[in-house]
Amino acid sequence: MLDIQDLSIRFTRYTFGLKKKETCVVQGLDLSIAPGQVMAVIGQSGAGKSLLAHALLGILPRNAQVEGRVFFKGKPLTPERLSTLRGREIALIPQSITALNPLLRVGVQVARAARLSGISKKDAPTTVNRAFSRYLLQKEVATWFPFQLSGGMARRVLTATATVGMADLILADEPTSGLDPATAKEALGHLRELADTGKAVLLITHDIEAALKIADMVTVFCAGTTVEVASADDFKGLGQLRHPYTRALWNALPANSFIGTMKPIERSPNTTGCPFQTCCNEQDAVCGHSTPELKHSSAGRVRCHHA
Amino acid sequence: MITQFLLVKTFRLILLIAAVATLSFVLVSSSPVDPVDAYVGAAMLRISPDQREVIAKRWGLDRPPVERFGRWAGQMATGNFGVSTIFNEPVLSVIGKRFITSFWLMALAWSLSGALGFGLGLIAGAREDTLLDRSIRLYAYTMASTPTFWVGMILLMIFSVSLGWTPVCCAWPPGLSAEQATLWQRLHHLLLPAITLSLIGIAQITLHTREKTIEALRSDYSIFARAQGESTIGIVFRRALRNVALPAVTLQFASLGELFGGAVLAEQVFAYPGLGRTTVEAGIRGDIPLLLGIVLFSTIFVFTGNFMADLIYHLVDPRLRKATGAIS
Ligand SMILES: Nc1ncnc2c1ncn2[C@@H]1O[C@H](COP(=O)(O)OP(=O)(O)OP(=O)(O)O)[C@@H](O)[C@H]1O
Ligand SMILES: [Mg+2]
Repeated sequence: MLDIQDLSIRFTRYTFGLKKKETCVVQGLDLSIAPGQVMAVIGQSGAGKSLLAHALLGILPRNAQVEGRVFFKGKPLTPERLSTLRGREIALIPQSITALNPLLRVGVQVARAARLSGISKKDAPTTVNRAFSRYLLQKEVATWFPFQLSGGMARRVLTATATVGMADLILADEPTSGLDPATAKEALGHLRELADTGKAVLLITHDIEAALKIADMVTVFCAGTTVEVASADDFKGLGQLRHPYTRALWNALPANSFIGTMKPIERSPNTTGCPFQTCCNEQDAVCGHSTPELKHSSAGRVRCHHA
Repeated sequence: MITQFLLVKTFRLILLIAAVATLSFVLVSSSPVDPVDAYVGAAMLRISPDQREVIAKRWGLDRPPVERFGRWAGQMATGNFGVSTIFNEPVLSVIGKRFITSFWLMALAWSLSGALGFGLGLIAGAREDTLLDRSIRLYAYTMASTPTFWVGMILLMIFSVSLGWTPVCCAWPPGLSAEQATLWQRLHHLLLPAITLSLIGIAQITLHTREKTIEALRSDYSIFARAQGESTIGIVFRRALRNVALPAVTLQFASLGELFGGAVLAEQVFAYPGLGRTTVEAGIRGDIPLLLGIVLFSTIFVFTGNFMADLIYHLVDPRLRKATGAIS
């Protein structure tokens, strides 16, 4: 369905005077999803997860440059092609509930998304109603303004907006943040159902444990780079995980008694080598010289000199 | 809730009028213009000091200022604003007549500048940093820093003097009375002053709308709309229009004070007999009752503008509407 190879994202900023400054926030990002699959994307805050979703949809700010190869349904995803796919075949569940316009009624916003996704004017009302009832939103919620929604309701409205059409690829950016465990479980259940109907779901999340319950595969980002791709089953025990960063994440889970602490890892602009080297206890000279390749390793992939 | 809003506003208006009245009274009392001199005018030399005293006594000018203020304020409260010395007519009727003449000028200029300014701002914001945006901005900055009277004079020279398309002065052809002039004649005379006044007003609303449009296009809801496949035009007209229009309408109402100030200058250049020109005359010729009347009237006028701005926000913004009990 989707195949991303060696994606990089750079921001250009003008600092004092007219000096141009480039910051590279994502480099060497690889990811692929098959139809019917839930691919979880995990990584610390600032790892570039939201940027990936926005880059795929071409909605980054104008000072961002994206490079790399992206294939959607087997064909290269060019900007021209993207403009016909946005909202129709690729849909986004945004991270923040400020994505709803405060001055427009909720129903109007969902209906507009339905029309944009290619649903006819005649069918739009029934489709919107169906989306509302699927996410347990009462009919009258359609006449409300976003400020009248609770946080959880707002999330469900966002999910309804993204899934009202028939998009084949759904990019869900932290769809469970701010939800209580029961509601979060339900929201993830809906995503699993969508995947079971043949759609591909990219699930961006902090909550590894919850994600593992519905994900087929997991991609791990560290400082804007893919460091490991593993099947969800590999997370059953430490032994199956190939990259030291993934193992550190796994160790930091509550169920695994928080062994080790995680400090934020940032891409420093002029270091060469492995993005994780400063925090790695298996680090040696070679890690500082060269960035490791993303190698195939049994069912998954890993970017480490020592795996 | 809405009644509370109205009560608060009324209370503020009363306070404001009291403050303006006091301040103007103090200013007038301490001004070098002698009211008796202003009254007798050219006959000043033929009048004896005794006669002056009689007039001063009849007017209560020998009384202490506080008492004079009390009496004046009392008369104002009953609606008696006195008689204009230059028009020899009750102040309220002068203001009424002149305001109606000004009203059409200001209304036309206000709607023109509002509609054009909003449109230009939307286009400039949606096409940020293109040649179109730069041209619109250049125009707005030029206009913002150009004095009204100068624009008026240039337009007058081009369209009235050189081309002869529009009349050089007045609100209707000289020699006719206001009632005798046809609607077409009055519109013809109104055109150039109204355009002058609106050209200046456009700048502010254009730049403001442009900023708001850019801000709206960068907001999370617009980015999400783009992710749904909405085009820039679609975002501007289907998503962000309300978010941009609401502050623009507010600004336009809140700028009534500047409109009034601009009208004073524009009417002066075109010899347009509206309230603005009357203000200048009353000032130059020391018509104190008329001047005080106009000061209070313009206070209420500007206050009404700000009040409308607030009211519209309360009626349109759902967050405030909920608070005022207008939606369930
Ligand atoms: N417009 C921008 N200009 C410059 N840098 C940016 C911009 N947007 C994001 N970044 C940087 O890119 C990095 C990745 O941001 P991103 O929003 O993708 O993080 P994330 O993985 O989604 O984190 P979170 O889990 O907190 O949402 C951050 O370090 C951020 O500072
Ligand atoms: Mg994010």
